Amino acid sequence: MTSLLIIVGYLALLLTVALASSRFAKGTSEDFFLASRSIGPFLLLMSLFGTTMTAFALVGSTGKSYNLGVGVYGLMASWAAVVHPLMFALVGLKLWQLGRRHHYVTQVQYFRDRFQSDRLGQLLFPILVLLVIPYLLIGVQGAGITVAAVTKGAFPTFFVDAAGAPSGIPAWLTGAVICGVVLTYVFWGGIRAAAWANGFQTCIFVVVAVLTFFTISSALGGVEAATAATMAKRPELLIRGQSIGQAQFLSYGLVGLSMGMFPHIFQHWMTAKSASTFKLPVIAHPILVALVWLPCVVLGIWAAGQLSVPPAKANAVLGIMVAKYTTPVMSGVLTAGILAAIMSSLDSQFLCLGTMFTHDVVLRGELLESADDARVIWIGRAFVTGVVLVTYLLSLVSNRGIFDLGVWCFSGFSGLTPLVIAALYWRRATRVGAMASVLAVVVSWSVLFAMDSMGVGGEHGEFLVGGVMPVTWVFLSSTIAMVVGSLLSTPPDAEHIRRFF
Amino acid sequence: MSVRTRRWLAGVLVVLITLLHHDGWLWDDPSLVANFLPIGLAYHAGFSFVASLVWAVVVYLVWPTEDEGDWGAQQ
Repeated sequence: MTSLLIIVGYLALLLTVALASSRFAKGTSEDFFLASRSIGPFLLLMSLFGTTMTAFALVGSTGKSYNLGVGVYGLMASWAAVVHPLMFALVGLKLWQLGRRHHYVTQVQYFRDRFQSDRLGQLLFPILVLLVIPYLLIGVQGAGITVAAVTKGAFPTFFVDAAGAPSGIPAWLTGAVICGVVLTYVFWGGIRAAAWANGFQTCIFVVVAVLTFFTISSALGGVEAATAATMAKRPELLIRGQSIGQAQFLSYGLVGLSMGMFPHIFQHWMTAKSASTFKLPVIAHPILVALVWLPCVVLGIWAAGQLSVPPAKANAVLGIMVAKYTTPVMSGVLTAGILAAIMSSLDSQFLCLGTMFTHDVVLRGELLESADDARVIWIGRAFVTGVVLVTYLLSLVSNRGIFDLGVWCFSGFSGLTPLVIAALYWRRATRVGAMASVLAVVVSWSVLFAMDSMGVGGEHGEFLVGGVMPVTWVFLSSTIAMVVGSLLSTPPDAEHIRRFF
Repeated sequence: MSVRTRRWLAGVLVVLITLLHHDGWLWDDPSLVANFLPIGLAYHAGFSFVASLVWAVVVYLVWPTEDEGDWGAQQ
């Protein structure tokens, strides 16, 4: 009960902070969707980092290291230290410059303009939406799993499992509450409220990740004793050995390229005040990633020395460790921190989908220019509400592993990265090349995802093709299609291209 | 230092840090740092902090100062 009260108190505080941002609102649609392009370095860092770190980073990384061992940190976190800042500098900064010049709000607007093709926009829009939805599901699912584990047995009168034994708060209820909270502040405050909430929540979950590490290590008899227990029970988790292949490890670097094509990250880039605003995120992002991932991965391998959770239930490991090795007060604080990480991603993703529906479907081109601001904002709010509802309903039926679902989602976005790189740096890139590149992603990703779903090609506990991650083949096919398609088609008009270089 | 030299230096630093990610020599090493942290994990944790330093140097060397402030809006 104490844990639950702390969680409820945290959610109330979050709403207060986020809604306080509305004091700075200007009432324009540019302010609602892009915070009037006025966000400074600290809030941009917090928004980009908070949006990137979701249940995938906390719940997923702990579960994955429980199954695979220490190599999980190198697969994602240390790759992120190289690839994410590279994307901020090479893609984010350049898109920000073009966005200010041509008043872009969404990625589709940019690609449609750069390649002079409405069809490309029509093709890209549903793909981006379909790839963001699994990312949203990761958050809602992760919250449900964690809260259920932490509150297990706390309400024996209200919540019991199928066998009649006391269970935790069910995932459907947690999902409904966090979707409701996030929807409330995004609905009223737009991206400014999301940025403020992200700033607040990111500080909370970084502190909580470190706090969790020290609290649990102390309960396990100290860091040395905790590692010794894993060494005695599952020594293979302390090295990469056979659990991760060298080529697989290398190919995970491509997963991080997804940062260049996330629509919610694009929207945050557009909010930056100046080019200098990007400097802090480029430099500080690797350190923040380490502060969150390192404790989670270590907790995952320590959990393997203490628990006997079946591999398929590894997503629950973090919640179980928190519930088992901390006091109810700490348990409430730690759960609030986990929810903070999850909600700091959900808000931006909900808002970006609402923004895309508003700008790329309902109010395109002249319609957008002639519509009054209040109407644009209300259309955006209606779509955000719709997206939240659809995500919540899907979360009730989805049951894939969080880490794996995340990697598949990122792989799709990584496959689209050649499109943005070519658009920004290759004058010869054409609409035919762009269409071919997007179609290559659709085909290769779908085939590989179907193979994984049918259980073909499992190796090192993961679906690999030729010893490497599927993202390698998606990325390669997309790059080849872009180059070949562009070279075989008529070069773009030189006058038009000058607007972008 | 010329702009070209700065860009070249920044590029070399980024390539170097990318290559250092692949620590094949620690793959099967069971040693512990400070008696609790597996050496493969300690290496990659340290790598994250070194990468941050590398990005600080890259930003210092090649950040596009001509794109500051209202550059975009003035076009």
